[in-house]
Amino acid sequence: MQDALFYIFAFLTLVFGFLVIANPFSRNPVTSAMFLVLAIVALAGLFVLLHAFFLAAVQVLVYAGAVMVLFLFVIMLLDLKAEERRKIKVLGIVGGLVSVGAILAIFLSSLLNAHLGAVEAPVLDGSTVRLGKLLFTEYLLPFEIVSVLLLVAMVGVVLLSKKDLK
Amino acid sequence: MTVGLEHYLVVSALLFALGLVGVIVRRNLLIIYMSLELMLNAANLALVAFSRFTNNLDGQVFVFFTITVAAAEVAVGLALIVALYRKRQTTHVEDLTTMKL
Repeated sequence: MQDALFYIFAFLTLVFGFLVIANPFSRNPVTSAMFLVLAIVALAGLFVLLHAFFLAAVQVLVYAGAVMVLFLFVIMLLDLKAEERRKIKVLGIVGGLVSVGAILAIFLSSLLNAHLGAVEAPVLDGSTVRLGKLLFTEYLLPFEIVSVLLLVAMVGVVLLSKKDLK
Repeated sequence: MTVGLEHYLVVSALLFALGLVGVIVRRNLLIIYMSLELMLNAANLALVAFSRFTNNLDGQVFVFFTITVAAAEVAVGLALIVALYRKRQTTHVEDLTTMKL
């Protein structure tokens, strides 16, 4: 059952990920953003299968919720006219695909030679309680620094979106 | 064959490659940005998978921080894109090849 769910969610993640970058339905970035939302939700399903329940919830709330809404806001704010078809540069696409294929081949071949072994998955409980305890004891300092980082980002965004950028 | 660490890592590698293809091949700034998010998510998946199969929660804490930083990064990046669009009226990278505004 779990194996079947893994294959379903993995397939959905990859298909929606592909539709983000190569969208046959429309040239509009809004559809790409919608497919990214679906890919992220499918990825949250994989997180649940990995017993990372808190992260799955955060993934849906923060990524699919906040971040993608921000994306859609900006896409609609920019009010892009239907992007005129440009001449596709075949050399660029072929070069890009070849180089990415080479990187992927390196990944997969190193994975094949890694001898990870048939590790029996230990019972790991990624519940909110254990993660929260870790976050507020061992990782308290990074946690506080992240809050400062968010403040800095917020101030930066307010400054950047002023009308007359000096 | 039961699903093990390798399966998750293969999915993660494929997702990362998809994001990289998007960054290299696509010419729309917003799509490139979404592909970056795809690559970040692939890294998150690898971290969570390792965390599960080594019985160590540190990986999940790391993913938590990654998600937070990614949210901040998206906010700043999109603000930059909006500021750029105000000046140049385009999000096509080939129209944005000069450093001067």
